[in-house]
Amino acid sequence: MTMTARATEPRRNSVPVTAEEAAALEQTWRDPSGIYGWLAAINHKAIGRRFIVTAFGFFVAGGLLAAAMRLQLARPDNRLIGPDLYNQIFTMHGTTMMFLFAVPVMQAMSVYLVPLMIGSRSVAFPRMNAYAYWIYLFGGLMLYVAFALNIGPDAGWFAYVPLSGPDFSPGKRVDFWAQLITFTELSGLLEAVILVTTVFKLRTPGMTLNRLPLFVWGMLVTAFMVMFALPAVMLASTALITDRLVGTHFYNPAEGGDAMLWQHLFWFFGHPEVYLIFIPGLGFMSAIIPTFSRRPIYGYSAMVISLIATAFLAFGLWVHHMFATNLPELGKSFFTAASMMIAIPSAVQIYCWIATLWTGRLVLRTPLLFVLAFFFVLVLGGMTGLMLASVPLDLQVHDTYFVVAHLHYVLIGGAVFPLFGAFYYWFPKITGRMLSERLGRWNFWLFLIGFNVTFFPMHLLGVQGMPRRVYTYPVEMGWGGLNAIASLGALTIAISMLLFVVNVWRSLRHGAPAGANPWNAGTLEWATSSPPPACNFEAIPVVAGRDPLWEPGGQASLVRGLSVDSREVLMTTVLDAAPESREAFPEPTIWPMVGALATTVLFVGSIFTPWAVVWASVPVGIALTAWFWPRRPENRAHLALERAP
Amino acid sequence: MARRFAAAPAAATWLAASVAFAQDRPRVVPGAHDALLAAGPQAAHIGQLWNVVVAVCTVVFCAVLLGVLVALWRSGKATEATPVDLSSLGRHERGPYRAVLAAIGVSVALLFAMVVASVAADRALARLSLEGAVTIDVTAHQWWWELQYGGSPESARFTTANELHVPVGKPVIVRLRSDDVIHSFWVPSLAGKKDLIPGRTTTLHFRADQPGRYRGQCAEFCGFQHAFMAFEVIADPPDRYEAWAAAQRQPAAEPDDAAAQRGRDVFLRSACVMCHAIEGTIAAARKAPDLTHLASRTTLAAGTLPNGADELSRWIADPQALKPGVNMPAATLASADLAALVAYLGSLK
Repeated sequence: MTMTARATEPRRNSVPVTAEEAAALEQTWRDPSGIYGWLAAINHKAIGRRFIVTAFGFFVAGGLLAAAMRLQLARPDNRLIGPDLYNQIFTMHGTTMMFLFAVPVMQAMSVYLVPLMIGSRSVAFPRMNAYAYWIYLFGGLMLYVAFALNIGPDAGWFAYVPLSGPDFSPGKRVDFWAQLITFTELSGLLEAVILVTTVFKLRTPGMTLNRLPLFVWGMLVTAFMVMFALPAVMLASTALITDRLVGTHFYNPAEGGDAMLWQHLFWFFGHPEVYLIFIPGLGFMSAIIPTFSRRPIYGYSAMVISLIATAFLAFGLWVHHMFATNLPELGKSFFTAASMMIAIPSAVQIYCWIATLWTGRLVLRTPLLFVLAFFFVLVLGGMTGLMLASVPLDLQVHDTYFVVAHLHYVLIGGAVFPLFGAFYYWFPKITGRMLSERLGRWNFWLFLIGFNVTFFPMHLLGVQGMPRRVYTYPVEMGWGGLNAIASLGALTIAISMLLFVVNVWRSLRHGAPAGANPWNAGTLEWATSSPPPACNFEAIPVVAGRDPLWEPGGQASLVRGLSVDSREVLMTTVLDAAPESREAFPEPTIWPMVGALATTVLFVGSIFTPWAVVWASVPVGIALTAWFWPRRPENRAHLALERAP
Repeated sequence: MARRFAAAPAAATWLAASVAFAQDRPRVVPGAHDALLAAGPQAAHIGQLWNVVVAVCTVVFCAVLLGVLVALWRSGKATEATPVDLSSLGRHERGPYRAVLAAIGVSVALLFAMVVASVAADRALARLSLEGAVTIDVTAHQWWWELQYGGSPESARFTTANELHVPVGKPVIVRLRSDDVIHSFWVPSLAGKKDLIPGRTTTLHFRADQPGRYRGQCAEFCGFQHAFMAFEVIADPPDRYEAWAAAQRQPAAEPDDAAAQRGRDVFLRSACVMCHAIEGTIAAARKAPDLTHLASRTTLAAGTLPNGADELSRWIADPQALKPGVNMPAATLASADLAALVAYLGSLK
């Protein structure tokens, strides 16, 4: 009834926004309450928070698995964990960290932050965003249920055929792994589409591509990489599933298949994967450094070009994971050169950050500490990366603990340290409260020290010949001492993570109130209150520079005239962010969650029978139809808005 | 205090238990196993490149850290309330511009130099002279190594397992195949690694310049017992190598004492013959290591155990206890039969 009344005379926001309009906006954009409302939520901040918490939960799970491995390897000839369980544990650890933590947590952070940073009320396709989250959650849960039932995958996170094929991995273990890939890739691809559309079409007026925050640039580049890289692994894992379940022979050399095909497809995805974990980390760096240096970033254009160059080059490196195979030697040299070349754009960014720090005035808070650790940890990992890029050197240290050391230096140094910096930096925005600085410093130093104590000895172990993925090692090899040290380091990391959890727990209730802009930062997310209202901005800000809150003249102006009674957003042009059209976004609904459940039934069922694909597509179809089913009052309101001048 | 003393016995028990675990598996004396202690030209080329690259990388790493530290030291301290310095917006920052450009220039030059050094090392590896090379066919199985020495006439060929004898100073070509999943052949002291891929044949060339024992192992994850899939390369002077090869070409010796004869009968009528071969008997299966000259080898189960009567006896009675997941089933033999079998296998010099 009220809907009809509103539809006839749409109310629009004025500038400044009145209290009545603000209340109406809150009412319009908030998710419904109660359990139903929780399941039907589509607000990007609600989904983003859940996404971050879920990804952190998987990070903890993966970390506990790592702790179990370090316990087993702490002494030689240990019989605590047998090979069967150990192989499951290291496969679960790798799979969790790569597919359930590292990539999703970056997308989760951007689901929360990108609309705020570009001055939008929502992500594009908010229902699809909810669906992508549920798919991710259900896929991860499926994997852990399988692990708990002793059908966890055990062929490595890279699942090389023929070891992962039907002959050498009978049973369902690898099938759960392959289906997890389907889940996470589906979720990842949807998020990439959402992100690119959000960044291209929902930027606030005035935010030309040339003024896009570097973090958003990083996520945009990452989203494009996801769209090109993930189909390769989806194809590879689907072919693996059909080899295993319906007797195709894609990877069976006896029937004309090829074991190397898997490696090419997997690493064509797998190497860009490293960079789609690393580039968001670079984005965090570029967001945190200017704020804590009290100046705009040095070399913005060079930074953007470097991000794009990294993304391009990342697709030309995959063979450096395969130097020990029988590929032609000259071809391998090409990949050596390409692998070394990708150091250049990273170096450009590192030098620009140092220039920013050098010429700035530093605020030494926890976020900056985590960012500074990057320079030690990531750069060391980058150096060992150059060694692995060289064919002859790689032939010695490939598949040894040297590589384990390298990849943890790169991924933890390049992504996890900046991510923790980002947690400390944006926690006040998300929750409205500051994290404790004192606990933060303990968290930081224990993490940094524990990390190096854990992983630095692994370089030496690799050179001494300790191979990766061994459940134990003979006492006579003399690797016991360094392994014991590494295990002590792992304990230190665990304590530091515990401190982080304690810090979050305490600060959620007792943290100092943050206010809108506790760090006096320059980007738009700090223009709105902490935590932001459901609509993000009561009036959409217009921007005239890269750091709008630092602009000499203050905020340029605000947009008036958007509906306060329906979910209307402003669309702008791709390059210049000139206002283009108004678009009405959909209401919250439970159907994305139901659709994700139905999809889960289809994916999990297909592990057991191909008929699941046929029959489970019926509920999927029903859920998708209901999802898109138009609702009369909503339509009427949207039509009224279109007709109104 | 009392609590601390209570913890001490617990720790002692744990330590004792760990020592017990360590002694559970009899120890093998491993051969040289270190990528940086080269005993042949291939590993030496890689070692030289290693030193160059480590030096360059260390310098660059220290330079970047120094840059960060100086930046931290010289830039003024501030708080969140410090006003933002926007002076960079309107002007070209000449100092940082030059510094960044110079740093990038140096980085590109060093990277280029490292590519050149890497390709040069690669060429040196490819140019190992193969004149008079010994060719050995290596087939990897889960989780052991089958080694076939070629030659003509056919009677010159022989098969052994897990111990690769090579002549010192002569190039060796190993032709690598896999019978099941992907494995990787790696002897750190002699050369880089090479994968063994089902459906393909790969080759690796190396030369051992110093006599000695060099440990090798599988470097590609290959299932349950990837951890215990080792082998040894034994580099002997050419005359000793020839003598060894001549002995390996002989069929198994006829057992001369009663226990060994009984052991042979046990072997031939039990499940052993389903998988193992002993030249000179009817046992000719190729599913598991050739045992013709088992007693001439120093280890059992791909470097898992030393080759002695006790270990052999334990291994035959319950291989799963020593190498869980191994494809060899436990033999259910009367203890007298087991002792006879061990005596027979021990006579296969």
